[in-house]
Amino acid sequence: MTKVNQKGPEVTLSPPVDAGNGLKTQEMVVNMGPQHPSTHGVLRMELTLNGEIVTKAVPHIGYLHRCFEKHCEAMNDYNKVVPYVDRMDYVAAMNNEVGYAIAMERLMDIKVNDRVEYIRVIMSELQRIASHLLALGTFGLDIGAFTPFLYCFIEREKVLDIFEKASGARLLYNYIWIGGLMNDVPADFKTDTAAFVKSFRPKIKELNDLLSHNKIFIDRTANVGVLPGKVAINYGVSGPSLRGSGVEWDLRKDDPYSIYDRFEFDVIVGKGEMGTLGDCWDRYIVRVWEMEESLKIIEQALDQMPDEGDVQEAIPKKIRPPAGEIYCRTETPRGELGYYIITDKSTTPFRVKARAPSFVNLSVLPAISVGAMVADMVAIIGSIDIVLGEVDR
Amino acid sequence: MKTAEELYRILTDKFGEGVFELKQDQPVGPWIIVKAEKIRDVAKFLRDEPGLRFDSLMCLSGVHYPKENTLGVTYHLFSTSEKHKLTLKAQMPEDDAHLPTVEQVWKTADWHEREAYDMFGIRFDGHPDHRRILCPDDWEGYPLRKDYQVQEVYRGMKVEY
Amino acid sequence: MGLLDKKYQDSNIIIVSLEKALNWARKSSIWYMQFGLACCAIEMMATAASRYDFDRFGIIPRSSPRQADVMIVAGTVTLKMATRIKRLYEQMSEPRYVISMGSCSNCGGPYWEHGYHVLKGVDRVVPVDVYVPGCPPRPEALLQGFLHLRDKIMKENLVDGIGIKEPVVIHDKGGDDIQVKSVDETDEHKTAQIEFPQQDVARKKEGA
Repeated sequence: MTKVNQKGPEVTLSPPVDAGNGLKTQEMVVNMGPQHPSTHGVLRMELTLNGEIVTKAVPHIGYLHRCFEKHCEAMNDYNKVVPYVDRMDYVAAMNNEVGYAIAMERLMDIKVNDRVEYIRVIMSELQRIASHLLALGTFGLDIGAFTPFLYCFIEREKVLDIFEKASGARLLYNYIWIGGLMNDVPADFKTDTAAFVKSFRPKIKELNDLLSHNKIFIDRTANVGVLPGKVAINYGVSGPSLRGSGVEWDLRKDDPYSIYDRFEFDVIVGKGEMGTLGDCWDRYIVRVWEMEESLKIIEQALDQMPDEGDVQEAIPKKIRPPAGEIYCRTETPRGELGYYIITDKSTTPFRVKARAPSFVNLSVLPAISVGAMVADMVAIIGSIDIVLGEVDR
Repeated sequence: MKTAEELYRILTDKFGEGVFELKQDQPVGPWIIVKAEKIRDVAKFLRDEPGLRFDSLMCLSGVHYPKENTLGVTYHLFSTSEKHKLTLKAQMPEDDAHLPTVEQVWKTADWHEREAYDMFGIRFDGHPDHRRILCPDDWEGYPLRKDYQVQEVYRGMKVEY
Repeated sequence: MGLLDKKYQDSNIIIVSLEKALNWARKSSIWYMQFGLACCAIEMMATAASRYDFDRFGIIPRSSPRQADVMIVAGTVTLKMATRIKRLYEQMSEPRYVISMGSCSNCGGPYWEHGYHVLKGVDRVVPVDVYVPGCPPRPEALLQGFLHLRDKIMKENLVDGIGIKEPVVIHDKGGDDIQVKSVDETDEHKTAQIEFPQQDVARKKEGA
């Protein structure tokens, strides 16, 4: 029988060391979280410190475990899962919905029309911008820069306005259903979005001037929390955190889903401009330039989007998929979101497992935080950009 | 890029007959069932063999099959260099569910295996930090088993609505 | 300066009851604890940020419970987190208030039925002053909640005591008869009961 550790690993502290002046020093254990302004929610970390140097970091999660998978198995309709999917990664709800809808459509072999596809792409890219804006704003806040946070939120509110017009909600939309959309976008959707794209592009430069090339910010983030590419792949890290390590890997290009093969955009990777490749600054700057790429995709999609088409024509009356299973992954702002769905012939999912990108990205934290200082921990957590709703599900 | 049939042949050549079973004619993609106690050797072989190079474990999920009284673990593998995918499944009896860990092969498995233990009670032999991850340490039962009965009170707080 | 200066520049006296002045001062600078749990925390951030701007009501975030007047429970409270929330609440200095933001912390929200790990309502562990419904509530709703809290503060009087509430005692019902099936009886944390001090009750009895 495997020994199961009920209490968690024993913390063994090094014996006291004579500091040379007659005083003795010893390692110390410090709890960070679950209530901590910069842990992005309810993450708790157990830090073993030697002075101010972290010698060991153990993340404790589960403070927001909301039983997502149990709820999926209890719903008697596959579309009833969508609101719970929203609440998993509440910063990027649209992307979660798209992932779930695509997984189910592949399993049931449903083809949606072009208008639906284009609206989905525009929505997910807008959501990516909104999510990155939140990530960058709070990252600045963690480092100690308050102003970028306010500037980012101005822009984020504009994106949320577009979503609100289409779906009626600001944060959790329940907009993308299996086989289509909840309803069609409003008539001025195209002009609204085009106006946003036009107004947002100069703001990226503004953000760069405010934060990205700020001396203090660079000093706090460059050469901190270096994550080499090989390690990142072995840990399963994905999304901007992986691309920050110089690995050119984007599911929109490498494992295309939906209609992403119709657009031209670049995969942004970190280059180690300010320090070592794969440090916090690289992960940060990848997000900044990814917003630019998202703008490119939105522009092309707005041009190509057909005006005709019923967005609800492919929605099945009763969702009764064949018995089988699928693992389908999509690229969310945080990385690879995979759904492992097992169906029987009933209308209730047999098993829905979400492979959440934040969950996997966070598991690399103990490996990259050794040797950092306590204040660097904040920068590392912020640069990985976790959402605890997704970590704990 | 190799299909599941080719991978199945390579694996049976290496580990012999009777270890694997290929399941085809599914709605989406076939999978290979592997004997639970062999999973670690298979995983290591899949990762290191030139031409296979499954360097990324996409997902590791526990599953409970109440009809067969078994617990299963599903591994979704992907190779970033060869660009092929593979679904491996291991199944164990419900009352004595344990299998070797693959944590040393893919670090992704570390937290995923802890989650599978937390939710299903599957034990992973050789895991370095084998404890619950989402639920509190003193939680009773394994929530995602189909026959799970939720406890009434947890530390003085009523659990039911 | 402002209009008040000109109005009262001859004789700088305003007559008001002490109670009213005190309550006016308290309601005009409500500091809340910066403490996000889930989805609602994002809306709480949005409320504090550019467009909705909490600051105009004198509401600013504090990172430490010791300096905060009000705790916004923004999001789903899980059973693992509930004891921590209780402790954070007890660390706040009196008078203290709690705003329960969102359906999850009001009553469990969408997780009320199958959420085995979700506490169905934060009022099972801490006393709540204002409930803000919504999943998640819009920033306007949260602001409305704060306005209600301001009204409540204005209505308090010194004789009855300010900010005194019946505490929520959670170990009275199931505390003693919890039977944790311990694998290892030496596991201290399994048999240990959490003490929830009843200082609020004691103080009220003394009439403080």
